[in-house]
Amino acid sequence: MDTDTWHLILTSFWPMFSAGITVTIPLALISFAIGLVLAIAAALMRISGNRLLSGIARFYISAIRGTPLLVQIFVIFYGLPQIGVRIDAYLAAVIALSLNVGGYAAEVIRAAILSVPKGQWEAAFTVGLPRATALRRIILPQAARVSVPPLSNTFISLVKDTSLVASITVAEMFRVAQNIAAFSLDFLVIYIEAAFIYWLFCLVLSFGQDRIERRLDRRVAH
Amino acid sequence: MSHTDAPLLSVTGLRKSFGDNVVLDGVDFSVAPGQVVCLIGPSGSGKTTVLRCLNGLEAPDAGVVAFADGQRHDFAQPARGRAAKEQRAALRDRSAMVFQQNNLFPHLTVLENVIEGPVHAHGVAKDAAIAEAERLLARVGLAEKRDAYPHELSGGQQQRVGIVRALALAPDLLLFDEPTSALDPELVGEVLLVLKELADEGWTMVIVTHELQFARQVADEVVFFDDGVIVERGHPRDIFTAPENDRTRRFLDRILRPLED
Repeated sequence: MDTDTWHLILTSFWPMFSAGITVTIPLALISFAIGLVLAIAAALMRISGNRLLSGIARFYISAIRGTPLLVQIFVIFYGLPQIGVRIDAYLAAVIALSLNVGGYAAEVIRAAILSVPKGQWEAAFTVGLPRATALRRIILPQAARVSVPPLSNTFISLVKDTSLVASITVAEMFRVAQNIAAFSLDFLVIYIEAAFIYWLFCLVLSFGQDRIERRLDRRVAH
Repeated sequence: MSHTDAPLLSVTGLRKSFGDNVVLDGVDFSVAPGQVVCLIGPSGSGKTTVLRCLNGLEAPDAGVVAFADGQRHDFAQPARGRAAKEQRAALRDRSAMVFQQNNLFPHLTVLENVIEGPVHAHGVAKDAAIAEAERLLARVGLAEKRDAYPHELSGGQQQRVGIVRALALAPDLLLFDEPTSALDPELVGEVLLVLKELADEGWTMVIVTHELQFARQVADEVVFFDDGVIVERGHPRDIFTAPENDRTRRFLDRILRPLED
Protein backbone atom coordinates (compact mmCIF):
# COMPACT_ATOMS: atom_id res chain seq x y z
CA MET A 1 0.00 0.00 0.00
CA ASP A 2 1.23 3.46 -0.78
CA THR A 3 1.69 6.24 1.73
CA ASP A 4 -1.50 7.99 0.61
CA THR A 5 -3.54 4.95 1.56
CA TRP A 6 -1.83 4.74 4.95
CA HIS A 7 -2.46 8.40 5.43
CA LEU A 8 -6.13 7.96 4.57
CA ILE A 9 -6.47 5.05 6.99
CA LEU A 10 -4.88 7.04 9.80
CA THR A 11 -6.77 10.28 9.21
CA SER A 12 -10.12 8.56 8.75
CA PHE A 13 -9.73 6.33 11.82
CA TRP A 14 -10.42 8.96 14.42
CA PRO A 15 -13.62 10.42 12.85
CA MET A 16 -15.05 6.93 12.45
CA PHE A 17 -13.89 5.67 15.83
CA SER A 18 -15.20 8.73 17.64
CA ALA A 19 -18.57 8.48 15.84
CA GLY A 20 -18.61 4.88 17.05
CA ILE A 21 -17.92 5.88 20.64
CA THR A 22 -20.20 8.92 20.74
CA VAL A 23 -23.09 7.81 18.51
CA THR A 24 -23.11 4.10 17.69
CA ILE A 25 -22.48 2.77 21.21
CA PRO A 26 -24.84 5.21 23.02
CA LEU A 27 -27.52 4.51 20.40
CA ALA A 28 -27.11 0.78 20.99
CA LEU A 29 -27.13 1.18 24.77
CA ILE A 30 -30.24 3.37 24.86
CA SER A 31 -32.13 1.15 22.40
CA PHE A 32 -31.09 -1.96 24.31
CA ALA A 33 -32.27 -0.53 27.64
CA ILE A 34 -35.65 0.48 26.23
CA GLY A 35 -35.88 -2.75 24.24
CA LEU A 36 -35.24 -4.78 27.39
CA VAL A 37 -38.14 -3.10 29.18
CA LEU A 38 -40.38 -3.81 26.16
CA ALA A 39 -39.10 -7.37 26.06
CA ILE A 40 -39.83 -8.06 29.72
CA ALA A 41 -43.31 -6.57 29.32
CA ALA A 42 -43.98 -8.63 26.18
CA ALA A 43 -42.60 -11.81 27.78
CA LEU A 44 -44.80 -11.36 30.85
CA MET A 45 -47.82 -10.67 28.64
CA ARG A 46 -47.07 -13.84 26.68
CA ILE A 47 -47.03 -16.02 29.80
CA SER A 48 -49.79 -14.14 31.65
CA GLY A 49 -52.54 -16.54 30.67
CA ASN A 50 -54.67 -13.55 29.62
CA ARG A 51 -55.64 -14.23 26.00
CA LEU A 52 -55.84 -10.56 25.00
CA LEU A 53 -52.47 -9.57 26.49
CA SER A 54 -50.85 -12.71 25.20
CA GLY A 55 -52.32 -12.08 21.75
CA ILE A 56 -51.01 -8.51 21.64
CA ALA A 57 -47.53 -9.66 22.62
CA ARG A 58 -47.61 -12.50 20.12
CA PHE A 59 -48.59 -10.08 17.35
CA TYR A 60 -45.82 -7.63 18.28
CA ILE A 61 -43.14 -10.33 18.41
CA SER A 62 -44.27 -11.88 15.15
CA ALA A 63 -44.40 -8.53 13.32
CA ILE A 64 -40.92 -7.53 14.50
CA ARG A 65 -39.30 -10.86 13.74
CA GLY A 66 -41.11 -11.30 10.46
CA THR A 67 -40.07 -8.01 8.86
CA PRO A 68 -36.66 -6.58 7.97
CA LEU A 69 -35.21 -4.02 10.36
CA LEU A 70 -34.44 -1.71 7.46
CA VAL A 71 -38.12 -1.70 6.48
CA GLN A 72 -39.12 -0.98 10.10
CA ILE A 73 -36.71 1.96 10.16
CA PHE A 74 -38.12 3.34 6.89
CA VAL A 75 -41.72 2.97 8.07
CA ILE A 76 -40.97 5.03 11.15
CA PHE A 77 -38.76 7.69 9.61
CA TYR A 78 -40.18 8.09 6.09
CA GLY A 79 -43.64 6.59 6.58
CA LEU A 80 -44.99 8.17 9.75
CA PRO A 81 -44.54 11.82 8.59
CA GLN A 82 -47.22 11.11 5.95
CA ILE A 83 -49.77 10.73 8.74
CA GLY A 84 -48.42 13.80 10.49
CA VAL A 85 -45.97 12.10 12.86
CA ARG A 86 -42.68 13.81 12.21
CA ILE A 87 -39.78 12.52 14.28
CA ASP A 88 -36.15 13.50 14.03
CA ALA A 89 -33.76 10.91 12.67
CA TYR A 90 -32.03 10.04 15.93
CA LEU A 91 -35.31 9.54 17.76
CA ALA A 92 -36.66 7.47 14.87
CA ALA A 93 -33.54 5.33 15.09
CA VAL A 94 -33.99 4.81 18.84
CA ILE A 95 -37.66 3.88 18.38
CA ALA A 96 -37.02 1.45 15.54
CA LEU A 97 -34.04 -0.24 17.21
CA SER A 98 -35.81 -0.47 20.60
CA LEU A 99 -38.91 -2.04 19.09
CA ASN A 100 -36.72 -4.46 17.17
CA VAL A 101 -34.62 -5.54 20.14
CA GLY A 102 -37.78 -5.79 22.24
CA GLY A 103 -39.28 -8.31 19.85
CA TYR A 104 -36.22 -10.54 19.77
CA ALA A 105 -35.35 -10.28 23.44
CA ALA A 106 -38.97 -11.00 24.46
CA GLU A 107 -38.61 -14.58 23.26
CA VAL A 108 -35.24 -14.93 25.02
CA ILE A 109 -36.72 -13.70 28.28
CA ARG A 110 -39.86 -15.79 27.94
CA ALA A 111 -37.76 -18.91 27.42
CA ALA A 112 -35.58 -17.96 30.40
CA ILE A 113 -38.59 -17.51 32.68
CA LEU A 114 -40.02 -20.85 31.53
CA SER A 115 -36.66 -22.52 32.17
CA VAL A 116 -36.86 -21.82 35.90
CA PRO A 117 -38.10 -25.06 37.49
CA LYS A 118 -41.74 -25.17 38.58
CA GLY A 119 -40.55 -26.06 42.07
CA GLN A 120 -39.16 -22.54 42.44
CA TRP A 121 -42.63 -21.06 41.91
CA GLU A 122 -44.08 -23.55 44.37
CA ALA A 123 -41.44 -22.86 47.00
CA ALA A 124 -42.07 -19.13 46.59
CA PHE A 125 -45.82 -19.70 46.99
CA THR A 126 -45.36 -21.95 49.97
CA VAL A 127 -43.38 -19.32 51.88
CA GLY A 128 -46.31 -16.98 51.23
CA LEU A 129 -45.16 -14.82 48.34
CA PRO A 130 -47.92 -13.61 46.03
CA ARG A 131 -47.45 -14.30 42.32
CA ALA A 132 -46.03 -10.90 41.39
CA THR A 133 -43.54 -10.94 44.29
CA ALA A 134 -42.54 -14.50 43.47
CA LEU A 135 -41.87 -13.44 39.90
CA ARG A 136 -39.85 -10.39 40.88
CA ARG A 137 -37.83 -11.81 43.76
CA ILE A 138 -37.46 -15.50 42.89
CA ILE A 139 -38.10 -16.19 39.22
CA LEU A 140 -36.71 -13.16 37.35
CA PRO A 141 -33.30 -13.17 39.09
CA GLN A 142 -32.84 -16.81 38.03
CA ALA A 143 -34.18 -16.12 34.55
CA ALA A 144 -31.73 -13.21 34.28
CA ARG A 145 -28.82 -15.58 34.80
CA VAL A 146 -30.03 -17.88 32.06
CA SER A 147 -30.67 -15.04 29.63
CA VAL A 148 -27.28 -13.30 29.89
CA PRO A 149 -25.58 -15.24 27.07
CA PRO A 150 -28.42 -14.91 24.52
CA LEU A 151 -29.06 -11.28 25.49
CA SER A 152 -25.38 -10.47 25.06
CA ASN A 153 -25.63 -11.87 21.58
CA THR A 154 -28.69 -9.73 20.94
CA PHE A 155 -26.76 -6.68 22.10
CA ILE A 156 -23.79 -7.45 19.88
CA SER A 157 -26.15 -7.86 16.91
CA LEU A 158 -27.74 -4.55 17.82
CA VAL A 159 -24.38 -2.75 17.76
CA LYS A 160 -23.90 -3.94 14.20
CA ASP A 161 -27.54 -3.24 13.23
CA THR A 162 -27.14 0.43 14.18
CA SER A 163 -25.28 0.79 10.85
CA LEU A 164 -28.69 0.55 9.14
CA VAL A 165 -29.76 3.93 10.52
CA ALA A 166 -27.04 5.52 8.35
CA SER A 167 -29.78 5.29 5.73
CA ILE A 168 -31.93 7.81 7.61
CA THR A 169 -29.06 10.31 8.00
CA VAL A 170 -28.10 9.53 11.60
CA ALA A 171 -24.40 10.45 11.86
CA GLU A 172 -23.31 7.17 13.41
CA MET A 173 -20.13 5.38 12.49
CA PHE A 174 -21.15 3.91 9.16
CA ARG A 175 -22.64 7.22 8.01
CA VAL A 176 -19.29 8.85 8.74
CA ALA A 177 -17.57 6.06 6.80
CA GLN A 178 -19.91 6.63 3.83
CA ASN A 179 -19.13 10.34 3.86
CA ILE A 180 -15.38 9.76 3.96
CA ALA A 181 -15.60 7.13 1.20
CA ALA A 182 -17.71 9.37 -1.03
CA PHE A 183 -15.14 12.12 -0.60
CA SER A 184 -11.97 10.02 -0.99
CA LEU A 185 -13.45 7.45 -3.39
CA ASP A 186 -11.41 4.76 -1.57
CA PHE A 187 -14.42 2.56 -0.87
CA LEU A 188 -12.54 -0.65 -0.28
CA VAL A 189 -10.14 0.79 2.27
CA ILE A 190 -12.69 2.86 4.16
CA TYR A 191 -15.37 0.19 4.36
CA ILE A 192 -12.87 -2.45 5.46
CA GLU A 193 -11.65 -0.03 8.07
CA ALA A 194 -15.23 0.56 9.24
CA ALA A 195 -15.78 -3.20 9.38
CA PHE A 196 -12.63 -3.53 11.43
CA ILE A 197 -13.82 -0.96 13.98
CA TYR A 198 -17.19 -2.77 14.36
CA TRP A 199 -15.25 -5.97 14.85
CA LEU A 200 -13.12 -4.32 17.52
CA PHE A 201 -16.22 -3.14 19.38
CA CYS A 202 -17.74 -6.61 19.24
CA LEU A 203 -14.55 -8.23 20.52
CA VAL A 204 -14.53 -5.90 23.52
CA LEU A 205 -18.24 -6.62 24.12
CA SER A 206 -17.83 -10.40 24.01
CA PHE A 207 -14.95 -10.08 26.44
CA GLY A 208 -17.33 -8.17 28.73
CA GLN A 209 -19.95 -10.88 28.24
CA ASP A 210 -17.47 -13.54 29.38
CA ARG A 211 -16.70 -11.61 32.51
CA ILE A 212 -20.35 -11.08 33.43
CA GLU A 213 -21.09 -14.76 32.92
CA ARG A 214 -18.15 -15.83 35.02
CA ARG A 215 -19.18 -13.50 37.82
CA LEU A 216 -22.75 -14.81 37.76
CA ASP A 217 -21.47 -18.38 37.72
CA ARG A 218 -19.54 -17.79 40.87
CA ARG A 219 -22.74 -16.78 42.66
CA VAL A 220 -25.03 -19.44 41.28
CA ALA A 221 -23.55 -22.70 40.10
CA HIS A 222 -25.77 -24.93 38.04
CA MET B 1 -49.91 -38.33 72.42
CA SER B 2 -53.62 -38.20 73.10
CA HIS B 3 -55.72 -38.93 70.07
CA THR B 4 -58.88 -37.63 71.65
CA ASP B 5 -57.84 -33.97 71.27
CA ALA B 6 -60.03 -31.95 68.95
CA PRO B 7 -58.32 -32.24 65.58
CA LEU B 8 -56.14 -29.35 64.47
CA LEU B 9 -56.96 -30.28 60.91
CA SER B 10 -59.72 -32.39 59.49
CA VAL B 11 -60.09 -33.38 55.88
CA THR B 12 -63.28 -34.93 54.53
CA GLY B 13 -64.18 -36.26 51.13
CA LEU B 14 -61.11 -34.87 49.38
CA ARG B 15 -61.25 -35.54 45.65
CA LYS B 16 -58.89 -34.59 42.87
CA SER B 17 -58.58 -35.68 39.26
CA PHE B 18 -56.14 -34.65 36.56
CA GLY B 19 -58.15 -35.19 33.39
CA ASP B 20 -59.39 -38.78 33.52
CA ASN B 21 -56.84 -39.73 36.12
CA VAL B 22 -58.50 -39.89 39.53
CA VAL B 23 -55.75 -39.16 42.04
CA LEU B 24 -57.80 -38.70 45.19
CA ASP B 25 -61.10 -40.51 45.41
CA GLY B 26 -62.62 -39.35 48.66
CA VAL B 27 -60.01 -39.04 51.39
CA ASP B 28 -60.86 -38.46 55.05
CA PHE B 29 -58.41 -37.99 57.84
CA SER B 30 -57.66 -35.73 60.74
CA VAL B 31 -54.60 -34.63 62.62
CA ALA B 32 -54.60 -33.80 66.31
CA PRO B 33 -52.36 -31.04 67.69
CA GLY B 34 -48.84 -32.36 68.16
CA GLN B 35 -49.59 -35.51 66.26
CA VAL B 36 -47.23 -36.97 63.66
CA VAL B 37 -49.04 -38.66 60.79
CA CYS B 38 -47.07 -40.58 58.19
CA LEU B 39 -48.66 -41.18 54.80
CA ILE B 40 -47.33 -44.29 53.12
CA GLY B 41 -48.24 -46.16 49.98
CA PRO B 42 -47.13 -46.89 46.44
CA SER B 43 -46.03 -44.11 44.10
CA GLY B 44 -48.96 -42.42 42.44
CA SER B 45 -51.34 -43.38 45.23
CA GLY B 46 -52.21 -39.76 45.98
CA LYS B 47 -50.18 -39.08 49.14
CA THR B 48 -48.28 -36.13 47.71
CA THR B 49 -51.44 -34.66 46.20
CA VAL B 50 -52.99 -34.56 49.67
CA LEU B 51 -50.12 -32.40 50.92
CA ARG B 52 -50.28 -30.17 47.86
CA CYS B 53 -54.01 -29.63 48.38
CA LEU B 54 -53.42 -28.74 52.03
CA ASN B 55 -50.81 -26.17 51.01
CA GLY B 56 -52.93 -24.64 48.26
CA LEU B 57 -50.62 -25.86 45.49
CA GLU B 58 -53.50 -27.84 43.98
CA ALA B 59 -57.18 -27.02 44.16
CA PRO B 60 -59.17 -30.15 45.06
CA ASP B 61 -62.31 -30.86 43.04
CA ALA B 62 -64.31 -31.57 46.15
CA GLY B 63 -63.91 -32.01 49.86
CA VAL B 64 -63.70 -29.99 53.03
CA VAL B 65 -60.56 -28.87 54.81
CA ALA B 66 -61.28 -27.50 58.26
CA PHE B 67 -59.11 -26.24 61.10
CA ALA B 68 -59.76 -26.28 64.85
CA ASP B 69 -60.40 -22.54 65.05
CA GLY B 70 -63.23 -22.65 62.53
CA GLN B 71 -61.35 -21.86 59.30
CA ARG B 72 -63.10 -24.04 56.76
CA HIS B 73 -62.77 -24.51 53.02
CA ASP B 74 -65.40 -26.39 51.05
CA PHE B 75 -63.95 -27.17 47.64
CA ALA B 76 -67.23 -28.39 46.19
CA GLN B 77 -67.91 -24.72 45.54
CA PRO B 78 -64.70 -23.76 43.78
CA ALA B 79 -63.39 -20.30 44.61
CA ARG B 80 -62.45 -18.14 41.65
CA GLY B 81 -60.31 -15.07 41.12
CA ARG B 82 -59.71 -13.08 44.26
CA ALA B 83 -61.55 -15.61 46.46
CA ALA B 84 -59.29 -18.40 45.19
CA LYS B 85 -56.24 -16.29 45.90
CA GLU B 86 -57.44 -15.62 49.45
CA GLN B 87 -58.20 -19.29 49.96
CA ARG B 88 -54.69 -20.30 48.93
CA ALA B 89 -53.20 -17.61 51.18
CA ALA B 90 -55.32 -18.81 54.12
CA LEU B 91 -54.16 -22.40 53.61
CA ARG B 92 -50.53 -21.34 53.32
CA ASP B 93 -50.80 -19.37 56.54
CA ARG B 94 -51.57 -22.66 58.27
CA SER B 95 -49.00 -24.99 56.88
CA ALA B 96 -45.48 -24.98 55.52
CA MET B 97 -44.15 -27.44 53.00
CA VAL B 98 -40.81 -29.19 52.76
CA PHE B 99 -40.24 -30.53 49.27
CA GLN B 100 -38.58 -33.71 48.08
CA GLN B 101 -36.18 -31.67 45.92
CA ASN B 102 -35.83 -29.01 48.66
CA ASN B 103 -36.52 -26.25 46.11
CA LEU B 104 -34.20 -23.83 47.86
CA PHE B 105 -33.77 -20.52 46.05
CA PRO B 106 -30.35 -20.96 44.39
CA HIS B 107 -29.65 -17.23 44.01
CA LEU B 108 -30.14 -16.51 47.71
CA THR B 109 -27.94 -17.39 50.67
CA VAL B 110 -29.11 -19.79 53.34
CA LEU B 111 -30.16 -16.91 55.57
CA GLU B 112 -31.93 -15.12 52.73
CA ASN B 113 -33.78 -18.32 51.87
CA VAL B 114 -35.04 -18.60 55.43
CA ILE B 115 -36.14 -14.98 55.90
CA GLU B 116 -37.68 -14.59 52.41
CA GLY B 117 -41.17 -15.63 53.51
CA PRO B 118 -41.25 -13.89 56.90
CA VAL B 119 -39.89 -10.59 55.54
CA HIS B 120 -41.38 -10.38 52.06
CA ALA B 121 -44.67 -12.18 52.57
CA HIS B 122 -45.55 -11.79 56.23
CA GLY B 123 -44.13 -8.36 57.02
CA VAL B 124 -41.82 -9.46 59.83
CA ALA B 125 -39.13 -6.87 60.60
CA LYS B 126 -35.86 -7.91 59.02
CA ASP B 127 -33.85 -7.85 62.27
CA ALA B 128 -36.37 -10.05 64.02
CA ALA B 129 -36.54 -12.45 61.07
CA ILE B 130 -32.74 -12.73 60.98
CA ALA B 131 -32.54 -13.41 64.72
CA GLU B 132 -35.17 -16.13 64.42
CA ALA B 133 -33.50 -17.62 61.34
CA GLU B 134 -30.15 -17.77 63.12
CA ARG B 135 -31.75 -19.46 66.10
CA LEU B 136 -33.41 -22.07 63.88
CA LEU B 137 -30.28 -22.65 61.80
CA ALA B 138 -28.28 -23.19 64.98
CA ARG B 139 -30.83 -25.75 66.08
CA VAL B 140 -30.24 -27.91 63.01
CA GLY B 141 -26.47 -27.40 63.25
CA LEU B 142 -26.14 -24.99 60.32
CA ALA B 143 -25.37 -21.72 62.10
CA GLU B 144 -22.05 -21.32 60.33
CA LYS B 145 -23.67 -21.86 56.90
CA ARG B 146 -25.87 -18.76 57.06
CA ASP B 147 -24.00 -16.95 54.28
CA ALA B 148 -23.43 -19.99 52.05
CA TYR B 149 -25.34 -20.53 48.82
CA PRO B 150 -27.41 -23.71 48.50
CA HIS B 151 -25.07 -25.25 45.91
CA GLU B 152 -22.25 -25.07 48.44
CA LEU B 153 -24.11 -27.41 50.81
CA SER B 154 -24.54 -31.18 50.83
CA GLY B 155 -27.97 -32.61 50.00
CA GLY B 156 -28.65 -33.28 53.66
CA GLN B 157 -27.67 -29.75 54.64
CA GLN B 158 -29.86 -28.36 51.87
CA GLN B 159 -32.83 -30.30 53.12
CA ARG B 160 -32.19 -29.11 56.69
CA VAL B 161 -32.27 -25.54 55.34
CA GLY B 162 -35.54 -26.44 53.61
CA ILE B 163 -36.91 -27.54 56.97
CA VAL B 164 -35.72 -24.34 58.66
CA ARG B 165 -37.32 -22.29 55.88
CA ALA B 166 -40.60 -24.00 56.71
CA LEU B 167 -40.16 -23.59 60.47
CA ALA B 168 -39.46 -19.87 60.07
CA LEU B 169 -43.03 -19.45 58.83
CA ALA B 170 -44.21 -20.58 62.29
CA PRO B 171 -46.94 -22.76 60.78
CA ASP B 172 -49.52 -24.78 62.72
CA LEU B 173 -48.75 -27.73 60.55
CA LEU B 174 -45.57 -28.98 58.88
CA LEU B 175 -45.96 -30.88 55.62
CA PHE B 176 -43.11 -33.07 54.36
CA ASP B 177 -43.20 -34.48 50.85
CA GLU B 178 -40.77 -37.41 50.81
CA PRO B 179 -38.10 -35.27 52.46
CA THR B 180 -35.38 -37.90 52.17
CA SER B 181 -36.20 -39.58 48.86
CA ALA B 182 -33.83 -37.46 46.79
CA LEU B 183 -30.90 -37.87 49.19
CA ASP B 184 -27.90 -40.13 49.04
CA PRO B 185 -28.43 -42.95 51.54
CA GLU B 186 -25.71 -41.74 53.90
CA LEU B 187 -27.40 -38.32 54.18
CA VAL B 188 -30.86 -39.60 55.06
CA GLY B 189 -30.09 -40.03 58.75
CA GLU B 190 -29.27 -36.40 59.51
CA VAL B 191 -32.58 -35.27 58.03
CA LEU B 192 -34.64 -37.93 59.78
CA LEU B 193 -32.96 -36.95 63.03
CA VAL B 194 -34.16 -33.37 62.62
CA LEU B 195 -37.67 -34.65 61.87
CA LYS B 196 -37.61 -36.79 64.97
CA GLU B 197 -36.50 -33.84 67.11
CA LEU B 198 -39.32 -31.72 65.71
CA ALA B 199 -41.78 -34.48 66.53
CA ASP B 200 -40.41 -34.68 70.08
CA GLU B 201 -40.81 -30.93 70.43
CA GLY B 202 -44.49 -31.28 69.71
CA TRP B 203 -44.77 -30.00 66.14
CA THR B 204 -47.80 -31.23 64.26
CA MET B 205 -46.53 -32.98 61.17
CA VAL B 206 -47.85 -34.79 58.13
CA ILE B 207 -45.06 -36.72 56.44
CA VAL B 208 -45.19 -38.54 53.12
CA THR B 209 -42.39 -41.06 53.36
CA HIS B 210 -41.02 -44.37 52.22
CA GLU B 211 -38.85 -44.63 55.34
CA LEU B 212 -40.96 -47.22 57.12
CA GLN B 213 -38.50 -47.71 59.95
CA PHE B 214 -38.70 -44.00 60.64
CA ALA B 215 -42.50 -44.02 60.45
CA ARG B 216 -42.57 -46.86 62.92
CA GLN B 217 -40.44 -44.96 65.43
CA VAL B 218 -41.89 -41.48 65.10
CA ALA B 219 -45.45 -41.63 63.79
CA ASP B 220 -48.48 -41.51 66.05
CA GLU B 221 -50.52 -42.71 63.16
CA VAL B 222 -49.69 -44.34 59.85
CA VAL B 223 -52.09 -43.92 56.94
CA PHE B 224 -51.78 -46.31 54.02
CA PHE B 225 -52.87 -44.97 50.62
CA ASP B 226 -53.53 -46.92 47.48
CA ASP B 227 -55.28 -45.80 44.30
CA GLY B 228 -56.44 -42.50 45.73
CA VAL B 229 -58.13 -43.88 48.81
CA ILE B 230 -57.07 -44.62 52.36
CA VAL B 231 -56.94 -48.37 52.65
CA GLU B 232 -55.92 -48.67 56.25
CA ARG B 233 -54.78 -46.51 59.11
CA GLY B 234 -53.69 -47.04 62.65
CA HIS B 235 -50.87 -47.05 65.13
CA PRO B 236 -47.61 -47.98 63.41
CA ARG B 237 -47.19 -50.98 65.70
CA ASP B 238 -50.46 -52.42 64.42
CA ILE B 239 -50.04 -51.45 60.78
CA PHE B 240 -46.53 -52.80 60.50
CA THR B 241 -46.94 -55.99 62.49
CA ALA B 242 -50.53 -56.93 61.79
CA PRO B 243 -51.94 -55.14 58.75
CA GLU B 244 -55.59 -55.98 58.28
CA ASN B 245 -55.83 -55.28 54.61
CA ASP B 246 -54.32 -57.42 51.89
CA ARG B 247 -53.11 -54.46 49.87
CA THR B 248 -51.31 -53.04 52.93
CA ARG B 249 -49.71 -56.40 53.59
CA ARG B 250 -48.51 -56.75 50.00
CA PHE B 251 -47.09 -53.20 49.99
CA LEU B 252 -45.23 -53.75 53.26
CA ASP B 253 -43.90 -57.06 52.03
CA ARG B 254 -42.54 -55.48 48.88
CA ILE B 255 -40.78 -52.75 50.83
CA LEU B 256 -39.57 -54.71 53.85
CA ARG B 257 -38.71 -57.94 52.06
CA PRO B 258 -38.05 -56.94 48.46
CA LEU B 259 -36.18 -60.13 47.54
CA GLU B 260 -38.75 -62.63 48.70
CA ASP B 261 -41.63 -63.91 46.59
